[in-house]
Amino acid sequence: MISNAREVTRLAMRDAVGFPSITLLASMTGFGSLVHESGLPLGIAIAATAGIWGLPGQLTLVEMHVAGASTFFVILGVALANARFLPMVVSFMPLMNAEGSRTRWDFALVQMLSINSWAAGLKRFPEIERKFRRRYYIVFAVICMSAGILGTVIGYFGVGLMPRPIALGLIFMNPLFFAVLLAGVQSRPSMIALIVGAPLGIMFHLVVPDLDLLLTGAVGGSLAFWLNNRLSHRESKQ
Amino acid sequence: MTDSSGLALALLTLGAIAGTYIWRGVGVMFAARIKSDGRVFQWVTFVSYAMLGGLIARMVILPIGPLMETPLLFRTLAFIIGVGVFFALGRRVLLAVFIGVASFIVLVSYF
Repeated sequence: MISNAREVTRLAMRDAVGFPSITLLASMTGFGSLVHESGLPLGIAIAATAGIWGLPGQLTLVEMHVAGASTFFVILGVALANARFLPMVVSFMPLMNAEGSRTRWDFALVQMLSINSWAAGLKRFPEIERKFRRRYYIVFAVICMSAGILGTVIGYFGVGLMPRPIALGLIFMNPLFFAVLLAGVQSRPSMIALIVGAPLGIMFHLVVPDLDLLLTGAVGGSLAFWLNNRLSHRESKQ
Repeated sequence: MTDSSGLALALLTLGAIAGTYIWRGVGVMFAARIKSDGRVFQWVTFVSYAMLGGLIARMVILPIGPLMETPLLFRTLAFIIGVGVFFALGRRVLLAVFIGVASFIVLVSYF
């Protein structure tokens, strides 16, 4: 159990400076170049990265706006593309904070939560004494967000210098990175839920594109929950 | 760009930011009432993973944005290569992502 402030800070820096920062830098470069190509100003690119802080929602904003969708539908589309933040926050906060110790700061800190900091927290928190977990998260998430914003700016100005296949590759990086990041969590429950969710995500997207992620989460999550309980139950009987 | 369309775009972006933040803010409110060893908490963790699994599959198979112009076969192939490298070569994230993305760039450039 790590119970030393300086050690926690160092651990968070070491964890964040590696692949999370590199992939964020690269994938937000892809996003910055897309914003530039779409003829939108740099301020919008930075605001979208820092304010939305989730690539699927950011892409939705740019794509739907460029396609000429009305304001209401763009905002709804972005919000629905980011619905995962609700269960992610609910499953993250109780691990980070001591029981019932919500502070007003949580409402600000939660803005920096992304798939990177979520996965890192789930993995590292058990090794870190509770009162230092928040420190770990803040250091980790600030580094990630800085890398993301830097990447956005680089992509925005570098778009002309970047061959098209590379720009496409940087955007393609996201789903691949998410997949290996989550596969690295290596617990049976997470694997079951990921594998159950994947086909449902496609199916619901084809049938009800607006509510696809919400339905995937509710149906797939419950199904995976049930499957995992059954498997555990069967094992405990043997 | 005229001033009024610039303003409209800024307001649209602010709306999108607020629309995303609602999930996070509501999450903080719910989280305070949930015990980290209870069944509700477990279920919510499953929901998160299922949503992420669905999102990843959607991004590869039915992407929005610039990836739409690339063939499905290239995306699927490069994705399988990346994940395959991850499991075959000692679960190194950076290596897997690099090789997967590099295969995608090669496919898109030369085929």
